[in-house]
Amino acid sequence: MNWVELIAGVLLLAGAAFVLVSAIGVVRFPDVYMRMHAATKAGTLGAGLMLGAASIVFGELGITVRSFVVFFFLLLTAPVAAHVLGRAAYYAGVPRWERTKLDELAGRYDEADGTPGELGRPVQRGDDIPYP
Amino acid sequence: MILFEGPWTFLSVATLVTMVAVAVSILVASLRVMRGPSLPDRVVALDLVGLLAVSVISVVAIATQQPVLLDAAIALALIAFLSTVAFARFIEWQGENAE
Repeated sequence: MNWVELIAGVLLLAGAAFVLVSAIGVVRFPDVYMRMHAATKAGTLGAGLMLGAASIVFGELGITVRSFVVFFFLLLTAPVAAHVLGRAAYYAGVPRWERTKLDELAGRYDEADGTPGELGRPVQRGDDIPYP
Repeated sequence: MILFEGPWTFLSVATLVTMVAVAVSILVASLRVMRGPSLPDRVVALDLVGLLAVSVISVVAIATQQPVLLDAAIALALIAFLSTVAFARFIEWQGENAE
């Protein structure tokens, strides 16, 4: 067994573990925001580890660059997609988990058109909107 | 699958285990796509399925020794991102009756 095969196999198994954990999290977590947390971070890391394994196995410059481009693209787009989707879910009124303690956005944004609320700026602690 | 035709090595066993794990992950994630109570739940699970498809492509590229398949991974990642953003705009536009 040579070192390249060992490292690539370990990367593949680690990626499989992260991907499996993220899929289980998407099914088991109680509301859409927590599911987004599981899918975005653990899933991106798992796919990135598998792409790293591919770049190690082939060991050519062009393939390494290609798989790193894919990973960089995933790192770039996953937070953007999660933010857009979370914002859409919040304004669509998707219910949160019943034991959620804190909703810092409540009352600070105009729910009709998605613009900042009457204060028109990020609200600090101690402003006139009561902290939930 | 070229990797599985020779004798068993650590890499081929790891590739096989990874294929099984990713397949199980796709099944579990599509359970959420079918069951998800709201449309954003389904879109989150579909985004994860797209990410898992990228992982499948890289694992199959290792198993068949065909690095050309990684080009398909680039296109698939781009399409998954664009479809997620389009779905998010649709949900925001539909409001509460999106289902």
